[in-house]
Amino acid sequence: MTKLREAARYVRSKAAGPFWITVDVFFPSRDAFDAHRGADGLTTGAIETCLSLEPGTAKRIDVPDLGVIKFAYPRRNPQGGMTERDMHGGQQFAPLLDLEI
Amino acid sequence: MTASSDTVVVVPVGALGAGIEPAHLEAGLAAGAHAIALDAGSTDSGPSCLATGISKYSREAVKSDLTLLMAAQAKYGVPLLVGSCGTAGGDDGVNWTCEIAVEVAAELGLKPRIAALYSEIPGDVIRTRLAQGKVRPLPPLGPLDDATIDRCAHIVGLMGPEPYIAALKAGADVVLGGRTTDTAVIAAVPLMRGAGAGPAWHAGKVSECGGLCTVDPTDGGVVISVGADAFEIWPMSERNRCDVYSVSSHMLYENTDPFLLIEPGGVLDVSAARYDLIDARRVRVEGSTFDPRPYTMKLEGAALGPYQTLMWVGIADPDVLENVDVFVQALHAALVGRVERVMKLSQDAFDISLRPYGWNAVSGLPVPDGTTPPREIGLMFVATAGTQDLATRIARTCNPYFFHFPVRREKELPSYGFPFSPAEVERGQTYEFVLNHVVETTDGLELVRLQWVNLDKGAA
Repeated sequence: MTKLREAARYVRSKAAGPFWITVDVFFPSRDAFDAHRGADGLTTGAIETCLSLEPGTAKRIDVPDLGVIKFAYPRRNPQGGMTERDMHGGQQFAPLLDLEI
Repeated sequence: MTASSDTVVVVPVGALGAGIEPAHLEAGLAAGAHAIALDAGSTDSGPSCLATGISKYSREAVKSDLTLLMAAQAKYGVPLLVGSCGTAGGDDGVNWTCEIAVEVAAELGLKPRIAALYSEIPGDVIRTRLAQGKVRPLPPLGPLDDATIDRCAHIVGLMGPEPYIAALKAGADVVLGGRTTDTAVIAAVPLMRGAGAGPAWHAGKVSECGGLCTVDPTDGGVVISVGADAFEIWPMSERNRCDVYSVSSHMLYENTDPFLLIEPGGVLDVSAARYDLIDARRVRVEGSTFDPRPYTMKLEGAALGPYQTLMWVGIADPDVLENVDVFVQALHAALVGRVERVMKLSQDAFDISLRPYGWNAVSGLPVPDGTTPPREIGLMFVATAGTQDLATRIARTCNPYFFHFPVRREKELPSYGFPFSPAEVERGQTYEFVLNHVVETTDGLELVRLQWVNLDKGAA
């Protein structure tokens, strides 16, 4: 098994407005993207489990020309409220690096 | 290459106040620009800016950029457009920016015609529209209700390009706008001059963060040239360059859908866009389309929340670090119990949150089994309550336990590392975004107010 941190060139997360986080998984090539796009570890269900999200809330869009898989999911609480831990969502990708794909 | 009928816009930086490089600005404008356009904010920095009307950047930082831009505006005789003034784009933010602009104009000896665009919307206007069925939720939120509207300290509607075009046609040299979509303020002049809607909106999206769509995002802003069927983009800095990847991948940024972007009067679709590198630094993009839709303005609203007081300790004690989760859990129970006993508060009157930095404070998720103990953690204590005074008294009540909580009862009491005296910091009020809805309008101007700025008196 390969971990996402080995297969991807770059993984990032960021707020997409106050109510969503988006995650971009950049593969180093189109070939690498094609090799991994069907992986069990990259389903929306796998992302939801890894990040403790409500089942059925994550979305995935593939961008083959860029070798990118994009995920988006609603924040647990709107950006910047009393429970905020990561205002811009820029650090939420880290747990995904250990996904087995 | 750029046709003479194309519209050239300089986007000098991702946000007014972030820092403009004067040499780059000159180089960009020397390319024959028709406008300078940029935004001054978004929701990105959280709800406090909208709730309080206070900019995230300092007055000095905004004035420094505005001085360069207004001087360039006058020298080259091209309009300057700034969207989302004061970070959140509420009326206070527009007025604050207008006051700075008036001061800059006086210092530079300039007399520009300055238009202020306001898009803050009173709650009762939203209530009326809601009753008329003209307010719709966007996921993940559900239908709006009056109580939520009433909670908002400020509500803004996101403007499209129409108010900017109206201000320019009325003779504005400088347009300082309230909350606007990042793309619209950049697309406005190309659209006004008859550029293709697909290329204009797409160019606006790609350039909205300044140099973020270039190979070296730290090196200055960008220039766009928009024609009927395509646009070109290149960096202001001669040392920097755009390539197909840097430009095409920008649609991913801060966007849940990399192909579609919903704007006030339609939807940008870039799924058929083709990107070509046309020289060492420039990318040409064609094939993007804009599908007009009935006009809507997206609403943003920030509500006032409870207050917080913080404490911090640094912990390097290996006995604690061996089992951070058990320690944090036991400490939390002890703190909550002490507040209930000593202050006679019920659990719904306050909240205590412990966040171990160096362990799992950022994610809040469980740490995988077998993780090596850290060398240190910073443990943040957050008390939340209805008033600042109460939050601070909760912190002071917790102080001795937070300072000395033992891992094991039979050992001597440890003392953790407070970095401050006094130990607590009053953080202030919390704020919360509560709207993610759109309001239907007849056009892009209906809920927008335009005022001319009196250079002798400041904002009208």
